[in-house]
Amino acid sequence: MIAIEQTNAAGIAAALVRARRNAGSPAMGMVLTLVIIVEDEYADVALDQTRQASREHPARVLAVVLGDKRGRGSVSASVGIGGGWGGETALITLTGEVAKHPESVVLPLLLPDSPVVVWWPHDAPPDPAADPLGRLAQRRITDSAAVARNKSRVLAELCAAHAPGNTDLAWTRLTPWRALLAAALDQHPLKVTGASVSAERGNPSADLLGAWLEDRLKVAVARHVSDGPGITQVTLDTKAGPIRISRPDGRLATFTTPNRPDRPIALKRRDVPELLAEELRRLDEDDVYAATARRLANPSARPTRKKAR
Amino acid sequence: MTPNPLRVPQDRRLPRIAGPCGLVLFGVTGDLSRKKVMPAIYDLANRGLLPPGFALTGFARREWADQDFAQVVHDAVKAHARTEFREEVWRQLSEGFRFIPGDFDDDVAFERLRRTIDELDQVRGTGGNHAFYLAIPPRFFGDVVGQLKEHGLADPASDSWRRVVVEKPFGHDLASAQELNRVLDTAFPDASVFRIDHYLGKETVQNILAFRFANTMFEPIWNNNYVDHVQITMAEDVGIGGRAGYYDGIGAARDVIQNHLLQLMALVAMEEPTSFDAAALRIEKQKVLSSVVLPRDLSRHTARGQYAAGWAGGEKVIGFREEEGIDRRSTTETFAAVKLGIDTRRWAGVPFYLRTGKRLGRRVTEVAVVFKAAPHLPFAATSTAELTQNALVIRIQPDEGITTRFGSKVPGTAMEIRDVNMDFAYGGSFTESSPEAYERLILDVLLGDPPLFPRHEEVELSWRILDPVLDHWAERDASGRGPDEYASGGWGPDSADQMLERDGRAWRRP
Repeated sequence: MIAIEQTNAAGIAAALVRARRNAGSPAMGMVLTLVIIVEDEYADVALDQTRQASREHPARVLAVVLGDKRGRGSVSASVGIGGGWGGETALITLTGEVAKHPESVVLPLLLPDSPVVVWWPHDAPPDPAADPLGRLAQRRITDSAAVARNKSRVLAELCAAHAPGNTDLAWTRLTPWRALLAAALDQHPLKVTGASVSAERGNPSADLLGAWLEDRLKVAVARHVSDGPGITQVTLDTKAGPIRISRPDGRLATFTTPNRPDRPIALKRRDVPELLAEELRRLDEDDVYAATARRLANPSARPTRKKAR
Repeated sequence: MTPNPLRVPQDRRLPRIAGPCGLVLFGVTGDLSRKKVMPAIYDLANRGLLPPGFALTGFARREWADQDFAQVVHDAVKAHARTEFREEVWRQLSEGFRFIPGDFDDDVAFERLRRTIDELDQVRGTGGNHAFYLAIPPRFFGDVVGQLKEHGLADPASDSWRRVVVEKPFGHDLASAQELNRVLDTAFPDASVFRIDHYLGKETVQNILAFRFANTMFEPIWNNNYVDHVQITMAEDVGIGGRAGYYDGIGAARDVIQNHLLQLMALVAMEEPTSFDAAALRIEKQKVLSSVVLPRDLSRHTARGQYAAGWAGGEKVIGFREEEGIDRRSTTETFAAVKLGIDTRRWAGVPFYLRTGKRLGRRVTEVAVVFKAAPHLPFAATSTAELTQNALVIRIQPDEGITTRFGSKVPGTAMEIRDVNMDFAYGGSFTESSPEAYERLILDVLLGDPPLFPRHEEVELSWRILDPVLDHWAERDASGRGPDEYASGGWGPDSADQMLERDGRAWRRP
């Protein structure tokens, strides 16, 4: 890592070129710029998680730490490539006045033409698309499950402010559940008459799963609180009997379908690098998430039990 | 049937999970099963792509119980799986393991297999859908396929399927390939037969297709106006290892050129398919393969060799004829090179040089498209002394990627032009979590996706190309002119170099 103090965007760009030359000018094949907005103490963790995800998506990673906004502006950075990294990285610390204008530092450092992704590992602005850094990006990744408190409310606010390109890792966490549920209905093309989701209290993924099922199946989805971890059970009621996926331990689930024996199925809770890698795989608008977010943000449109009958 | 409300085309996050099904593996003790098939099944389960209740049944001549088989799979998975070992994935899989001891001609064993499959449909919910993976030598295919048919295992009930997977070699010449196909055809319709060429993964095929047909800048020069010749190489640094029984009498041309190199050539040379489905792709590949012509004088435009004892990669190695289980007077080639032409408007006059060998300098598979030199160079001859022909190399193994080689001015006051390489590796992008060849194939089989692997027409066309070369070599053997020796750890016999020198060209050092 090359550390530079009292610098600016051009200085960081020059350091990136220098780092690349030091490594023998390897072909980088980078496909996107990933901007992480993170607190100082979590910067290393976030960079490490990105490092694992970057094996699949080589990227220029700009971790931006916004310090105290008072006082004279100062930009410092530490820049490096290689070391098990599929791309290049700069950890940029902004303090003083410049911390109010982080986009002025980030904009000149974006890879030419390539897509830009912004990730807030913890707290995100209430309207990411309106954020100065968020505006630069095609894809804005938040994680409502990682905020300090009121996870469900934070998710509801993010959904209300949904704009094309916004996504939340609480949604990404659902993919294996959704894949299994969709596969179950592939095998049993039955009409679903009701549904329920059990999860620990304040689990934003469960909120999204409920909204998705309501949106797609047009039935009311009952919510039950369990001890977790995460989502513990999903049931779809059909005339032939329930389709149920039950995962009490966060790892091994039991898959129950009408007229078939119960079967165990591995359903691991995935960690952040895996989620991030999935999120970066497609950078176009996720229509299904948009519809789900709309549904969650607008509870008055939710189907009632009576209507479902 | 109403469409599944949870599955919409816009929802591209959702992977396709195979429907309820089971796999029956013949030949569970072989390398192929232990190193490739079993780990691939585990990896698929780990990625959540196998259906709940998936069943794996082993069939072999061993007195094993289900647990013994489970232990074999367990060890194979621990040693060779690409993804981490997780107890819960193992539990999901292991409840579906069964083992049938028996010979391939043992009626009782196949009757037990039928009952086992019925039982799996009951307790595991496999729904009558079963694939048979023949990881056994081709000479047993007839027995096994015949038994499957006889015991009603090849015929699916309504709303279910039965499929069969076979590995290369697909015969050892045209006649045997046709015979093999006839045997398979008696029990399984062509669409239910999945042939796998484990050298050529679906990922590679799709990479080549994307490279050629998703871009604008390569297609205009992809013809005889600009291309001087094409070299397709598959080199292995290892010898035949313990595969003497398989390799002696087969040789490099049958083992690699017939399937792998001709498939690569077809993918590189074919016209744009009307769509990327398997059928459209097959039509284009077949067109190329049927336009292939051999040079008139095969003795001048083919070469073959056997590796001699020596040093390779810092290790002392023995020669091919000294390998355990190889006849001292064997004329089986471990290196083969042929020159082929393609009689189409696009490729007329552009030779395709194909070579493969064991115990060569390093392990590499690549397609090098070598371009013509610029018709006029407005530089002094001394400036361009170090400039050779531009080349575009599609690297397949190891580290899949693309290299372009072009001239560039050397920095400084003197005008001097020298070749530089620019390199792109897919490695960065997708290999880490993309399924490898066997995973893709097994998933295709279970999903019923028509694979990108060759159907019997292509196999037969390839043998039509290679048979005259093999006959020519057999004639030379009969007159006492066997394969040339070549030094281990090098790039093949001198005759291979001379073969290109005659055309005023040279092999690339890969």
